[in-house]
Amino acid sequence: MPKDGGIGASTIRREDIRFLTGKGRYTADINLRGQAYACFLRSEVAHGRINRIDTAEARAMPGVLAVMTGADFAAMGGNPAGWHIPSRNGEAMKEPKRPVLAHGKVRHVGDAYAVVVAETLEQARDAAGAIVADITELPAVVDMAQAVANPDLRVHDEIANNVCFDWGWIEDNRAAVDAAFKAAPHVTTLELVNNRLVPNAMEPRASIGDYDSGTGDYKLYTTSQNPHLSRLLIAAFVMGIPENKLTVIAPDVGGGFGSKIYHYGEEAAVLAASKALNRPVKWVADRSESFLSDAHGRDHVTRIELATDLEGNFLALRTETLANVGAYLSNFSTATPTFLHGTLMAGPYRTPLIYVNVKAVFTNTAPVDAYRGAGRPEATFSIERVVDKMCRELKLDPVAVRRKNLIQPDQFPYTTPVGLVYDTGNYPATLDKLIEIADFSGFEARRAESARRGKLRGLGLSTWIEACGIAPSNLVGVLGARVGLYDVATVRVNATGNISVMTGAHSHGQGHETVFAQIVSDKLGIPASSIDIVHGDTSKIPFGMGSYGSRSLAVGGSAMVKAVDKIIAKGKKIAAHMLEAAEDDIVFEDGKFSVSGTDKAKTFGEIAFSAYVPHNYPLESLEPGLEETAFYDPANFTYPAGAYACEVEVDAETGRVEVVGFACADDFGNVMNPMIVNGQVHGGVAQGIGQALLEAAAYDDNGQLLTGSYMDYAMPRADDLPMFTVDHSCNTPCTHNPLGVKGCGEAGAIGSPPAVVNAVIDALHRGGHTKVTHINMPLTPSRVWSAIQN
Amino acid sequence: MTDVTMTVNGKAVSGDVEGRTLLSSFLREGLGLTGTHVGCDTSQCGACVVHVDGRPVKSCTVFALDVAGATVRTIEGMANADGSLGVIQQAFQDHHGLQCGFCTPGMVMSAAALLADNPKPTESEVRHYLEGNICRCTGYHNIVKAVLAASGQDVAAVAAE
Repeated sequence: MPKDGGIGASTIRREDIRFLTGKGRYTADINLRGQAYACFLRSEVAHGRINRIDTAEARAMPGVLAVMTGADFAAMGGNPAGWHIPSRNGEAMKEPKRPVLAHGKVRHVGDAYAVVVAETLEQARDAAGAIVADITELPAVVDMAQAVANPDLRVHDEIANNVCFDWGWIEDNRAAVDAAFKAAPHVTTLELVNNRLVPNAMEPRASIGDYDSGTGDYKLYTTSQNPHLSRLLIAAFVMGIPENKLTVIAPDVGGGFGSKIYHYGEEAAVLAASKALNRPVKWVADRSESFLSDAHGRDHVTRIELATDLEGNFLALRTETLANVGAYLSNFSTATPTFLHGTLMAGPYRTPLIYVNVKAVFTNTAPVDAYRGAGRPEATFSIERVVDKMCRELKLDPVAVRRKNLIQPDQFPYTTPVGLVYDTGNYPATLDKLIEIADFSGFEARRAESARRGKLRGLGLSTWIEACGIAPSNLVGVLGARVGLYDVATVRVNATGNISVMTGAHSHGQGHETVFAQIVSDKLGIPASSIDIVHGDTSKIPFGMGSYGSRSLAVGGSAMVKAVDKIIAKGKKIAAHMLEAAEDDIVFEDGKFSVSGTDKAKTFGEIAFSAYVPHNYPLESLEPGLEETAFYDPANFTYPAGAYACEVEVDAETGRVEVVGFACADDFGNVMNPMIVNGQVHGGVAQGIGQALLEAAAYDDNGQLLTGSYMDYAMPRADDLPMFTVDHSCNTPCTHNPLGVKGCGEAGAIGSPPAVVNAVIDALHRGGHTKVTHINMPLTPSRVWSAIQN
Repeated sequence: MTDVTMTVNGKAVSGDVEGRTLLSSFLREGLGLTGTHVGCDTSQCGACVVHVDGRPVKSCTVFALDVAGATVRTIEGMANADGSLGVIQQAFQDHHGLQCGFCTPGMVMSAAALLADNPKPTESEVRHYLEGNICRCTGYHNIVKAVLAASGQDVAAVAAE
């Protein structure tokens, strides 16, 4: 049993109180004395040459304080890519400058090229409308196949064929993979699209720049998952100001899902404008701006081939992918389709030979970057769809085929042919659990019942694995990362024994304030109510790499445990002195330091007090105070895994798909708060079902975004989804971090899309529509109906 | 600018607004009631739902001047008199019906309107009613549970885990 409120308890969330009473403090809720308002002017064409921007009329309008254009930022640096991915021929990747505001050319609809700052938002908007921009529209490159094939179409004048890199993984294995395909008894081929998505955190992006001319300090309030990285990028790369003169505060953040990991130009613009005007400058995106300018997700076109024997044993896997990076490289855009995708192509299987080729392609569309799952949903979708297709071609049972190809529990640690070492897992166990909780045995009766109502019922399966807890810095450094990927925590014990924990992870819905307090409470034996979790402010926290990639607990939580261990170690020295015992004889348990085998003890509070009022204290050998910082750099990735089942009803008359059941059997390692873990899975699955059935960011041939509002972009709503059945009892603790945790934030979005599509295909086949082998997402009624008709 | 007066969360309030000032802007900027959120500009997301004379309204679609004299209730007015969470708010906390919290004020206000009209809704009725409130975090599972629980129904029957 978990300790009351400790590790493993479904403690309700403390942060809910402020969110439920309207007391949350999101960036848009913050108003600084004397603030002015910014409005960005964005390109209406996908590609154009900026000849002239006439701002005279706008400058003369009421309340206007400043108008800035790309020329005002031309001397600043660009917003860099965080990973360098070389091509397989050794060439460096192409890295065009991503300026604060577009200068010379605009490269996607929504590309900001001017900003107006005025006394009121209405005045700023009115003046933005008065700017006259002479922009010559150029041909837009939207389709990736066309972008790589047509040398006359260039997003960036200096980059022929719009290819950022042409990456092979692992190049040395290619010949062996090709040979295996030549010799294989059966090859299944599938061409598929992983549809482009808009992350759509419910809180639009917002930033407030606040420059203090008295001290020369900059402060930025912004909607970020990753405030320290934003500070580093803005200070060192973009604005060229000392890092210690910039504070980045990410207060309550209303969801991120990847889209708020990155630094965006608006942040530097409001800081620069604040300095120029000597007053705070606030910008809040409206939803239309979010659609046009937030980093989008996915957008792969993939050809995948699976070589097997006639019994369905996997022999080799080969993929070719075009990955859209949009008009500019967003911070993680080069890592997402490569090291977060290609390295996962083994899935949970023993496929002996794998080769992955990814070409990253510039287009005149919004930048594309990591969105919940980031590369791993794309990998899982490709694998699980081709496996299902192979099973149909060879008339094999999809459960049995998966089961016999899974890595077995006694094979860990398992080295895959794509460069990862899975530390632990039990994939057959989660598959068995899934079959139980999804009630596979009752499916036939349910299908018959659906048939009586004229509906086709299908059951789809997927197994999945991901690498998270990113990442061992030395390993990713070799692979091309330009930052370290450790995390940091400071545990500050106050004189009165209560605690502030400063964490480099950032909570924007994950419940860190509750869960992290549970962990520290459990380790130190003091009530969680005496522990505060502080996050999202670079002036309070030593450093941090933020929250994404399901890394908060595995990396940030591990740093916290390490810092707690240092507190306990120091406490033992203090206790040894106070209790006149040898340090080795001091044991710490349930909040007490005691001399082993005796009843002599000091409480945690007494030790804390002594550290700050060191009257009886080993001052000659130990500093006063009780505060410790730890950096934790993981030894490996973590490898959550699981098996998902989706049950659908398809109306063959209309093509409408209804998800009538969804079950998840996951292995997240040790679970700190089951209630929160379940919630993370629900949300991820909802996004995955959204990708599979509803969502698509669609551009027309001219690069106009056709799905630029909630009128056109179909978000999953309450009546689109069923109740979910989730289980995480088959857990194998991570072997290399102190909490044994793996991460759960992205799982649902990774495992669910192929389960949904497999279920629809299953329903169609059971209904006699056996020629339908694949339908590209989203499986809208028109696509499903058309597939049935054709 | 025109002076507008209304009752918000039991208090008479007034302020100068432009004809184009939305109720959501008046609440947020004029009164500092930032619990009402704005998540879109097409009246789709529902983060801005408040009650006007007891009916749920998307406050981003209503001009402040149009509700002159009305009685408005926002998320800030949903707690009990002693400051403790109201029944619906408490159910949202107990059932983890919120994550990032951004859609939550609108979700709670819509749920309150639903339960005022239909004190014992079915799961399907809850889902249908909340169709105008978008949540990106929860997948709605725990929101639906919370609303059913707030109505006094046994949620174990509708959600297995």
